[in-house]
Amino acid sequence: MNQKDLINQIGQIRSLMEKSSKFMSISGLSGVLIGSYALVGAFVAYVLVYGFNSEFGYHDHYVNNGNIPTLIVIALSVLVVSIGTGYYMARQKAKKSGQSVWNPTSKALFKAMAVPLLTGGLLSLIFICKGDYGMIASTMLIFYGLALSAASSFTFKELRWLGILDIILGLLALCLPGYGIYFWAFGFGILHIIYGLIVHQRYEK
Amino acid sequence: MNLDLSLYDKVLENRVRLQIMSVLVANEHYDFNSLKELLGVTDGNLASNLKSLEKEGYITVEKSFVDRKPNTKYRKTDKGQKAFENHLSALENLIKQQYK
Repeated sequence: MNQKDLINQIGQIRSLMEKSSKFMSISGLSGVLIGSYALVGAFVAYVLVYGFNSEFGYHDHYVNNGNIPTLIVIALSVLVVSIGTGYYMARQKAKKSGQSVWNPTSKALFKAMAVPLLTGGLLSLIFICKGDYGMIASTMLIFYGLALSAASSFTFKELRWLGILDIILGLLALCLPGYGIYFWAFGFGILHIIYGLIVHQRYEK
Repeated sequence: MNLDLSLYDKVLENRVRLQIMSVLVANEHYDFNSLKELLGVTDGNLASNLKSLEKEGYITVEKSFVDRKPNTKYRKTDKGQKAFENHLSALENLIKQQYK
């Protein structure tokens, strides 16, 4: 056995250990797309609630029972299209590397995300039912951030930072009520785009 | 050149067996089909190597059914973990020797 063989063998072991325990098929570009959907959704919601020519800044009680159903429809559309895009692009990426998208690692990843995501979703619903609309943006950001940090041990380590930043944004949104939509757009839109570009740059070139 | 080969594991000299152990050391457990997909080997090849690792006491096998389909899970044993670590040290030593 010569040295090259040995180094090869060790490299193979390392890559197998990583490949088998981390789900690397999440596409960076899908992060960019998902962030863009969120921005479009936030813009549409903004126009709907505040009107097209309104000034940026503090708004109070503009969200009311009248426009809540439309806002929920917008939010759900963004969610569904995002999940669809993320899944489709992950499947393409997995196919390219000869793996399946549904393997033990991706299952572990979803399991890790499920508890915080469901809790956050239900909590948002409860706030909607109670009319505490000011709490929704921060709730979504905080619990989504928790889900991402939990998932990060099964995929790109950068995901942990996205999660932590989302949690911080959510907490800030709680301190500054009335600016929820800006925090939401930044957390779900801009940060996803930045994260997607970083992952694309580091792992997909 | 006097090499200390006491740590070198003949069982793990086989590439597929070493790969199986790498996966099982990194994960709590792994099932047959996922292993097959990950390593890109045939059923027969994988099965016979798993068998010899089991016989050596490096892994344990757990058979069960999921939706009536057989689902076989493999786990490393402490002995297997130790053997894997020793073997890696041996490979490392071999490389160091050649640098001298």
